[in-house]
Amino acid sequence: MSVQQVLPLNRVATAPSGQFRADHLLVAEMVKPGSKVLDVGCGDGDLLQLLETRGIDGRGIELSREGVNRCVAKGLAVVQGDADTDLVNYPDDAFDYVILSQTLQATRQPKVVLENLLRIGRRAIVSFPNFGFWKMRLQLLIGGHMPRTENLPATWYDTANIHFCTIKDFVQLCDEINVKMERSIALDLHGRPVPLNLPWWVWNMFGEQGVFLLSRGGGK
Amino acid sequence: MGSVKSIPSPAISADERSHEVDHPSSQVAHFGTEQPLRLDCGVDLSPFQIAYQTYGELNADRSNAVLICHALTGDQHVANVHPVTGKPGWWETLVGPGRPIDPKHYFIICSNVIGGCMGSTGPASINPATGKVWGLDFPVITIPDMVRAQAMLIDRLGIDTLFAVVGGSMGGMQVLQWTAAYPARVFSALAIACATRHSAQNIAFHELGRQAVMADPDWHGGGYADRGIHPHRGLAVARMAAHITYLSDAALHRKFGRRMQDRELPTFSFDADFQVESYLRYQGSSFVERFDANSYLYLTRAMDYFDIAADHGGVLAKAFADIKTRFCVVSFTSDWLFPTSESRALVHALNASSARVSFAEIETDRGHDAFLLDVPEFFDISRAFLQSAGKARGVSLKDR
Repeated sequence: MSVQQVLPLNRVATAPSGQFRADHLLVAEMVKPGSKVLDVGCGDGDLLQLLETRGIDGRGIELSREGVNRCVAKGLAVVQGDADTDLVNYPDDAFDYVILSQTLQATRQPKVVLENLLRIGRRAIVSFPNFGFWKMRLQLLIGGHMPRTENLPATWYDTANIHFCTIKDFVQLCDEINVKMERSIALDLHGRPVPLNLPWWVWNMFGEQGVFLLSRGGGK
Repeated sequence: MGSVKSIPSPAISADERSHEVDHPSSQVAHFGTEQPLRLDCGVDLSPFQIAYQTYGELNADRSNAVLICHALTGDQHVANVHPVTGKPGWWETLVGPGRPIDPKHYFIICSNVIGGCMGSTGPASINPATGKVWGLDFPVITIPDMVRAQAMLIDRLGIDTLFAVVGGSMGGMQVLQWTAAYPARVFSALAIACATRHSAQNIAFHELGRQAVMADPDWHGGGYADRGIHPHRGLAVARMAAHITYLSDAALHRKFGRRMQDRELPTFSFDADFQVESYLRYQGSSFVERFDANSYLYLTRAMDYFDIAADHGGVLAKAFADIKTRFCVVSFTSDWLFPTSESRALVHALNASSARVSFAEIETDRGHDAFLLDVPEFFDISRAFLQSAGKARGVSLKDR
């Protein structure tokens, strides 16, 4: 695992604002002002609205018609589309950042999606629920059933999340497809960052979700 | 069998209708021989005129002009009582006080297309060279021709950049043509229930309509005007067929089902036993009161020829390369004339051009006609899109 590639995130939004979600504030911190951003799986457009307040030119793709219409009704540039099938329509280097927030685990081909993110955008910001989180492990180990948490309440038979992974798995995938991790952070159940000076296995155990700033790796 | 009531004759005479052709109850922009309209077919149309309506006031920096493009059988009377039918404006759901496109905020322009029959030059107009009605001597026009004429009107009004160009169906085609031909003159574009090209199925339906008109003996090879008649039966059939394509199976079923019209039992005749028949006959006969048959031929033809990609080497994205216009594309789930797949193809091309685009598909069972009806979700989206564009453009939406 390329632990040495991971740089600390300097300023982390610690106090969750009443208006915006903690992980959204964290993602927004990673985006340079004035850049052009595509949010894949933008939901109701909360993150795009946050980015807009910071002078960022944001666009969105959302699968659900209701989500898209709510975004468009907020004046956001959002189109109905599917991360698995529609990213191919975007040209190379179309965006400074492509964001995939809490959506990777719901795609059919996470690897292809990840590759597309870093083709369309010079950087990608990916966050996902960590299936290696201790509560998940405990439910499987002790309870013997598929884990369900506050943030992932769906049962196994009606969840949209078909490709769960752990932080460790994700880091391995990035290694495999030569993606450079510029910044990475694990958030606990309350959206607070897990202290940086702890080893990977602690992150993988106590991080409820992982947030990663990625760029294209150099040739290996 | 007893007497069969066919489609009733129009209540409004051909004279009343044709008066609007040359002397419209609208503002008219005249373009003399020094300003011909160069048509795609190679003909210079000159002189010609454009009839248009405006609502609201142009602001000091001329940044609040909204052009509304009408659909196949629409006209410039978008938000006022129609001078021929006495009915409300055709898009008063979207345009008017308190509506998403409010004359309080915007200077709204809507012109009758070239080839139309409500005051802009078309086949029903008098050909100045002969002193007679143009008829089929009128040159075949295209969607780009319509837009070229509109651009001349916008020039005449002293407007450089339109804040928004808005339209549905054939109006949406004009919106897209505006952005492809004059990208720098369109700040935002709202294209509803339309496509970048007319599909084979749609061309087929148009051909059906044209053949119905031409099969009417009163058509006289397009020369009916000289004889003081109008092929109202053929045109009504064309309208009836077209009207079916504007609805949906679900909408027809909900509205009419198999219910009978003013009777309990079938009459065992070809009278309009069913409500749906009666409705269609009404649609047909009321249409011919306000529309010219040859104009219908020309405008359907213009839609058939429309194909933006073909004009750009077959690659749709090239039509929108580096475009700065803000787009909002809207489709309706039950629209089978301009299905969502057509809008999606447009959105893909706009994405490939890195254009700023919003795209919403709205769930409704009302078919293609939904864009003209009271669909609150559509209004919310239109309003928000224009407000957001207004913010970006610096157009004040405050009460003046």
